[in-house]
Amino acid sequence: MANESNAPQSPERSQSNVSGSSSAKSATPAVLQLPLDCQLSRRYRERFGAAILNALEDRKQSILIADAAQLLEIARYSRDEEKFDLLEDYTALDWPRREKRFDLVAQLYSFTHNTHLRLKIPLGANEQPTTLVPIWPTANWLEREIFDLFGIAFHGHPNLKRILLPDEWQGHPLRKDYDILQQDTAWVRENLGIESGQ
Amino acid sequence: MNILTDTAQERAGQKTDTLFGADELVINMGPQHPSTHGVLRVKLKLDGERVVGSECVIGYLHRGVEKIAENRTYQQFAPYVDRMDYVSAVSNGLGYCEAVEKLLVVEAPPRARVIRTILTELQRIASHLLWLGTHALDIGALTPLFYCMREREEVLKIFEKYCGARLTTHSFRIGGLQYEAYDSLEKDVERFCKKFESRIQQYSDLLTGNSIWIGRTRNVGLLNSADCIALGASGPVLRASGVKWDVRKAMPYAAYNQYKFEIPVGTRGDTYDRYMVRLEEMCQSRLICLQAIENIPTGPIMARVGKVLKPPAGEVYHAIEGPKGILGYYIVSDGSSQPYRVRIRPPSLINLQALDKMIRGHLVTDVVAIIGTLDVVLGEVDR
Repeated sequence: MANESNAPQSPERSQSNVSGSSSAKSATPAVLQLPLDCQLSRRYRERFGAAILNALEDRKQSILIADAAQLLEIARYSRDEEKFDLLEDYTALDWPRREKRFDLVAQLYSFTHNTHLRLKIPLGANEQPTTLVPIWPTANWLEREIFDLFGIAFHGHPNLKRILLPDEWQGHPLRKDYDILQQDTAWVRENLGIESGQ
Repeated sequence: MNILTDTAQERAGQKTDTLFGADELVINMGPQHPSTHGVLRVKLKLDGERVVGSECVIGYLHRGVEKIAENRTYQQFAPYVDRMDYVSAVSNGLGYCEAVEKLLVVEAPPRARVIRTILTELQRIASHLLWLGTHALDIGALTPLFYCMREREEVLKIFEKYCGARLTTHSFRIGGLQYEAYDSLEKDVERFCKKFESRIQQYSDLLTGNSIWIGRTRNVGLLNSADCIALGASGPVLRASGVKWDVRKAMPYAAYNQYKFEIPVGTRGDTYDRYMVRLEEMCQSRLICLQAIENIPTGPIMARVGKVLKPPAGEVYHAIEGPKGILGYYIVSDGSSQPYRVRIRPPSLINLQALDKMIRGHLVTDVVAIIGTLDVVLGEVDR
């Protein structure tokens, strides 16, 4: 996919970017974020090698940062081998100043082991991640919501269209460059017959 | 059943294979339909009276809660979460406050946690009561609504006495509670709980053995445990399919680890089982309240948190068992006084996704029952 060329150098970059932008000011309470080195993360690293870009622990919650190219394989492995049978939540983060602009964030839960695992997948601005619907059908609406509010298009999604906003709406509100007062004024004028929705 | 269509097709010289033939009709249910409990719109594809496909259209109540969060301080955002699932504002507030506390690495003092537990369980009772009343009303039983509203009113009065508000209470603060429990809180809760046992029996007498109720709910909207997990359905929907799992047991928060309670489960995963599970959950909530009021610890009600909250950069996910299912908050901090991102995992939205699977093959009248049994609140679906 698009990140074929990025794959070799991406580990360091994503690592520094992900922890860098989210914890730039947290140099002092360093105890909160630690590198994760448990059996779980070791198994993932063994299995996927360089596709696991980083593993860390934030406030005792496990986080794996993985390469988008291997998303589907990692998801399938998580469900079938590691028994993360529930995709509890699936969302995205926008870091406009980072080279890889978005993070996909999946909260996985395993009923068997009663554990959570957070999977974060850094994504470039125009990258199209693979859909997770074949693995966890619950991803259907969640991916539509990400598409709607962040403008990330999922490759292979069965019904990728807006879910919360009107179909014709322009713009993706949860992106950081979308101002809180911004709106699709043309849509509002045309469909609501008013100048402003405020 | 398909006499008319069959003959019409025979006249046209076609085979009588009609399931996806020209006889399909698409009708629109909602968004202004009283039984959709808000502004849910469902496009139903029908073959006669039978549903062969559906599509939910949501978003009519979208207010951009997650965007608002990025432009408010942590404390300023707290009242907004009450407006998502507006019939269980206390639970929403608990989830949010605990998530921010985790992000700050502080813990609410024991007294605050016990009072939070009591109020949250009362809220679960109130939410289930509203569900029971309206669900029964949808199916055609008018009486339970009045009974349920009667008891819900008593719960809301306790909230009103505690914090002044009945619906969107904003009753908790990050770090604990703003208000000390009023003098007769324990007595009010006890009086309510003592009375409530016989009241649950009343609802049960009206519905549980009622042949019309059984006819309308048994084997309607089946969802087995594998489908529940695949579709992410949680809360009573998951438990009715036989999965004995509850966040309060699996990952205890507030003061739940101090109390004994059971997780009611169903066997078939139909509308009747979900009714039984919710009814039993109210009994269990009542027991939790009774245990909690017996021994409310003394001490402070607020942890030491500053007036300006600046959680250290990082992220946290915290889930609680809301009345509708797993209510999760994923908060990312960049170290400033405003959250970088707040993501709310809405149980209603994700449970609603199972609707299509549940209504296929049922009659249109059953669609009403199945929307009711999912217990969705559109304020939370659309956020």
